[in-house]
Amino acid sequence: MRISKAWIVAAKDMRIFLRKKYLIYSLVALPLLLGIGLPLVLHLVGARKQALSGTALLSVMNAFSFFFGIGAGVLPIILASYSLVGEKIEKSLEPLLATPITDSELLLGKSIAAFIPPVCAIYISSIFFMGLSDLWTHNILGYSYFPNWNIGLILLAVVPLSALLSIGWSIIVSSRATDVRAAQLQSTLIIIPFFIIYVMTEIGAITLDTKTIGIISGVILVADIILFFLSTKTFQREEILTKWT
Amino acid sequence: MITIENLTKKFGEVTAVDGLTFSVDEGEVFGFLGPNGAGKTTTIRMLCCLISKTSGEATIGDYHIGKTDDSLAIRKMIGLVPDNVGLYDDLTAFENLDFYGKLYEVPEGRRRENIERFLKMLDLWDRKDARAGSFSKGMKQKLALARALVHEPNILFMDEPTANLDPESAKTVRDFIMEVKKQGRTIFLNTHNLDEAQKICDRIGIIKTKLLTIGTPDQLKESRTAPKTEIRLAQVTEVLVSALRKLIPNKIEVSGDKLLINVTDPDKENPTIITAIASSGGQIREVTQIVPSLEDVYLQIVKETK
Repeated sequence: MRISKAWIVAAKDMRIFLRKKYLIYSLVALPLLLGIGLPLVLHLVGARKQALSGTALLSVMNAFSFFFGIGAGVLPIILASYSLVGEKIEKSLEPLLATPITDSELLLGKSIAAFIPPVCAIYISSIFFMGLSDLWTHNILGYSYFPNWNIGLILLAVVPLSALLSIGWSIIVSSRATDVRAAQLQSTLIIIPFFIIYVMTEIGAITLDTKTIGIISGVILVADIILFFLSTKTFQREEILTKWT
Repeated sequence: MITIENLTKKFGEVTAVDGLTFSVDEGEVFGFLGPNGAGKTTTIRMLCCLISKTSGEATIGDYHIGKTDDSLAIRKMIGLVPDNVGLYDDLTAFENLDFYGKLYEVPEGRRRENIERFLKMLDLWDRKDARAGSFSKGMKQKLALARALVHEPNILFMDEPTANLDPESAKTVRDFIMEVKKQGRTIFLNTHNLDEAQKICDRIGIIKTKLLTIGTPDQLKESRTAPKTEIRLAQVTEVLVSALRKLIPNKIEVSGDKLLINVTDPDKENPTIITAIASSGGQIREVTQIVPSLEDVYLQIVKETK
């Protein structure tokens, strides 16, 4: 496999993403909500009104950290679905597949394009989240809660793994979809387990410590591997040309 | 350059292409004619290594279709203009070509040179920075042609390149194909347009799942339909026709004030026919030689397979 070929496809896709306003809005809106909206909630509800105790505040901050894992699952869906179904709609797969590029190089290129912008956006928003959260909770806690091992593990393990998971899932869903919105809608099903984890954290059913995050990362990794094999099976030129189009 | 032997493609129970055998020489423009669903696109897709063959053999240059190792080499030496142009509407004309040039590993300098050359040839250079989505159908088709040539392939596959184009755009595309032919490239052209095939193809194959016939346009016309001499008279009478039938052995049809006479060698037979008419008292107003068109041949061949 030649990474250079995959990169050519990825660069082309990212250039197209930059020209689609709704994709840009999607890439900016959610990270903005996570990076500024969540600390603002802490500031308004917790810190300013002194409504939460220090322990409760830590629990909420911890649960909020997991939103970055959820966000990393949501954002690639938007791009991956567009990237794949977009090719179908523009009927550009046939000339593309007629070039000397292998199926795996093409798939890798599409995956890179759907992976890099969302993960970068999530990382940038996490910097805002940690900075603003510390700024607005320091007076209650007496110290800066972020960065810590929990969010570190979420950012370094859960975020990339869940991004890969949603890309793999989007490839499978997109193979049957003929409409970008429909593909995006169906692909969002993949984030339901992430929300369940979040709710379980909020109600105290599980504690989001490094051990739990490690287990979650392991489960996502296994799911990633399974979806990788399924998506490579789906993404084959004959299948694409005779059944996708 | 392209050799095909007993090439077959089945989709489940349906046979899309059945035992094709023919070859296309280097520098030749080969036209592939056939009705919708005849297997033309499937054949091109197999030759471009886009889909697998069910059985048979095909080679492009020294490379075998269906061999994984050869597929990339084949795709490197061919260019494809598919039936749907498949351009990226959000990329400019230049970016579309540049992307494909990169995929074909054309060095940057050469790539820019080729893009400029082909866009200028197709009158698109002034619109190089405009998004492909803003182009008309004809402009998109021209851009797709440039895209297929950006890496200077030896063989060009075209799937109905002038379909749904206005006459002016179709002519530009045809002229460009002729220009490409002059450069010595081999062209495999799928088309519905018989006039186009007759004008630009060196040889034509007619397919309807199976290859029905193959030859130069003239060979095809001669092989199927006899030429006719049409003679318009001042008046056609039964007496005149029966007198003529005694004088000449040719088949005579009457249509209003015209006689349609089957001939095999018009130069030899026409003077005899005209003399016979004159001697039978017929007054000739006009003599026209009717040469069968490729369309007549095509329709006849396709009809025979029904």
